[in-house]
Amino acid sequence: MIPLEYYLSLSAVLFATGVIGVLTRRNAIIVFMSIELMLNAVNLSLVAFSQYLGSTTGQVLVFFVMAVAAAESAIGLAIIIALFRNKQTLNIDELNLLKW
Amino acid sequence: MLQHIIDSSHLFRPETALTATFCVVLLVDLFLRKRTSMPAYVAVLGLVVTGWFIAAQYGGAPATLFSNMLAVDPFSIFFKSLTLASTLVIVLFSLQSNELRDSKRMMGEYYALLVSLTLGMFLMAGATNLIMMYLSIELTSMSSYILSAFTKEADDSSEASLKYVIFGAVSSGLMLYGMSILYGLTGSLDIYGINRALIAGNVNNVTLLISVVLMTAGFGYKISAVPFHFWTPDVYEGAPLPVTAFLSVASKAAGFAMMMRFFKVTFIDAAVGGSYLGSWISVPGFEWNHLLAILAVLSMTIGNLIAVWQTNLKRLLAYSSIAHAGYLLLGVVVLSNEGYAAVLIYLAVYFFMNLGAFFAVMMVANKIGSEHIDDYKGLGYRSPLLGVCFTILLLSLTGIPPTAGFVGKLYLFSALLNAKWIWLAVVAALNSVISLYYYLRILRNMFLTQPDPAGAPIRFGAVQIVILLMFVIPTILLGVYFGPLVQYAQASITMFTNR
Repeated sequence: MIPLEYYLSLSAVLFATGVIGVLTRRNAIIVFMSIELMLNAVNLSLVAFSQYLGSTTGQVLVFFVMAVAAAESAIGLAIIIALFRNKQTLNIDELNLLKW
Repeated sequence: MLQHIIDSSHLFRPETALTATFCVVLLVDLFLRKRTSMPAYVAVLGLVVTGWFIAAQYGGAPATLFSNMLAVDPFSIFFKSLTLASTLVIVLFSLQSNELRDSKRMMGEYYALLVSLTLGMFLMAGATNLIMMYLSIELTSMSSYILSAFTKEADDSSEASLKYVIFGAVSSGLMLYGMSILYGLTGSLDIYGINRALIAGNVNNVTLLISVVLMTAGFGYKISAVPFHFWTPDVYEGAPLPVTAFLSVASKAAGFAMMMRFFKVTFIDAAVGGSYLGSWISVPGFEWNHLLAILAVLSMTIGNLIAVWQTNLKRLLAYSSIAHAGYLLLGVVVLSNEGYAAVLIYLAVYFFMNLGAFFAVMMVANKIGSEHIDDYKGLGYRSPLLGVCFTILLLSLTGIPPTAGFVGKLYLFSALLNAKWIWLAVVAALNSVISLYYYLRILRNMFLTQPDPAGAPIRFGAVQIVILLMFVIPTILLGVYFGPLVQYAQASITMFTNR
């Protein structure tokens, strides 16, 4: 039996990696991958808590999170394609039409 | 169990009507492609039916649906009415918008997405379970991502939308992490269950604080409070104007509805306090309202200060809406029924003045094709009626009597003073003064500079003038005769309380 703390630490590390990825990466697709990492870290901690507390509601939320994350990345990729047709780039530093 | 589901679906009629409208609008668009404004009329019909179902819920006893997933109570009915009114107005705006007409896109999808956005906001207004809160916030966000990229040939529209998606996804990720911690601490996803667990004690306050800070990121993103506001100016500038107007009013209202319900139900000991003026008792040892006070000060100050340099009207209104989120947060900070009623009053007033201001900007953009402040030079001479109407709306946004904006601020400030938050009231008053500067800059351009020799008088269609007056007249009227609104708001803060 692996203690709860191990799962929570792994989840925190994954989440932090995701946040750092969002903040430092310049390619829009990699930013989206980092966001998925954040959501998966959340899923891990929810499942761990659910197991620890012996209640299933947390696992129900995980299913919703997975479904919503898929829909969100579909929309995100569609917008990336629309943008790429206009600007021929995925580098978010070059998306500087709108600032301040 | 079956009986409960049947009872729930009776109270779920407005949402069901919206879902049906969504499908019908798409089908109409599919089969009647030639008639481009047909989807809009179908959408209006569906929204009117929804309004009828909501009207039937007025005066009913507070109830909970689908095993504590949603609440139907005066509080959620207030926000549903406000959202529905904004959607109807936005359909009118969209029919008048040259920007959307020129995009030559299938408008059926546009109206269908507006309806699904409204559905998301309805659910946000009633959500009493963390799962429901997450799903409704995502439904709202996803519809608005697509809507803000609707004119996707324009560079700024798709760029704004990408920024919106990234910020939205990150904040909902942060919020989810907060939710998972809260779930781990209390063992419940139902906010009444969380409340019981918190009152029972044995909860580590530091962990609870971390979870609340993370959840505030999600709420702050929806209501565009600093420091979660970075998407706001870009999206407001890049999105088509009717969408911007919708996001600025309805999205903010729905965000506030969800946040106010979450904080009140989760962190307030419902057994203590209950009189109208009486303040509430927070769960021992945990002062979450100080966190919101910091957000309020940051939003007001940063929003107003950055708005001073703006030259694009849409961007200026975006920063002004950030500042307004700060004012609205003041009502949540004071922890009393009076504060919550003040937020509701302010949101109702904000509906008229902000939508009116956006419509005036759209009318001008339709004619002169620009939202730059320099192009407003002499506009008061080129179109006196528009100039006067816009002036009234801007003065109301500043909060100068006898406009409705003054009434909204008055109630917020008096709630603050009654709760002894003197320093916060002083900061808010100073901020109103800063905001006066940038609103007056527009007025100066409109009236104190003569038009260019080329500036011929501008004539607007009768329909557009009627729509504009629909906002300007209530803005003045509510400034002098606000009794019914105040009473309605005070009656609307009743929330479903669990046993």
